[in-house]
Amino acid sequence: MAPFDPVSALVGGALIGLAAVLLMLLNGRIAGVSGILGEALTGDDRGWRLAFLAGLVAAPLLLGAVGRPVPTPWMPSSFAIVIAAGLLVGFGTRLGGGCTSGHGVCGIARLSPRSIAATLVFMRRGLGG
Amino acid sequence: MPTILAALVCGLVFGFGLAISGMTQPTKVLGFLDVLGLASGRWDPTLAFVMIGALAVAAPGFLLTRRRARPLFGEIAAWPSQRDIDRPLLAGAVLFGIGWGLVGLCPGPAIANLATLSSRIVAFVLAMAAGMLALDFWRRRRVAAAA
Repeated sequence: MAPFDPVSALVGGALIGLAAVLLMLLNGRIAGVSGILGEALTGDDRGWRLAFLAGLVAAPLLLGAVGRPVPTPWMPSSFAIVIAAGLLVGFGTRLGGGCTSGHGVCGIARLSPRSIAATLVFMRRGLGG
Repeated sequence: MPTILAALVCGLVFGFGLAISGMTQPTKVLGFLDVLGLASGRWDPTLAFVMIGALAVAAPGFLLTRRRARPLFGEIAAWPSQRDIDRPLLAGAVLFGIGWGLVGLCPGPAIANLATLSSRIVAFVLAMAAGMLALDFWRRRRVAAAA
């Protein structure tokens, strides 16, 4: 595993925050990935949502093209665990109205009590508590 | 059209952020969630630094954006209006947290990893989409039953 690098973590985080501010400033939308994907699957007004998701997919490819390849994800878990985790993440984020981006970044940045509560709960569960 | 292009750029910047910060690597997320590693020095604080970087930009950025009545391209600024901490919020966060802790993937990094065509990433994203569709189906049935 790559060693802890605080500078790239802060710079990468700042870019995520910048993307969230830009999406609100330009389109008036919250950059919550679970909401964007969920509404792209089941709602209407799909165009901008699919475009955002396309950008997300394209970003690591572009970094690779300019000589900064993104390491392949390392996932030692069995397929059964991976699928169970995917189902839980999909169902849970839609039920709870957000994930790490919508609640964790956008919601906490707005000091939303709902998002702060949700983030504390999913962080604690993520820790296995 | 401008909203589509703007969303594409935002998705790109978001994806650059995930990749540069290391959050596309599930083991880095699991390394953060493994607080038992604190004592032995195995703990990886990356996720906390990513959150600090993101909030340092998003919090003042949102405050400034709030002053505008309308977004540049869209019709309305769709700020979330719900305030109450209710059961669906907490139950959803519990389920999401369990799934996230199992493999170290949340929706953003899962999608940003799709181009690797890793079979486990594809399986995770398909299962995640199925979970979202299942919630939608369940919600519609409840609404229909209540009507």
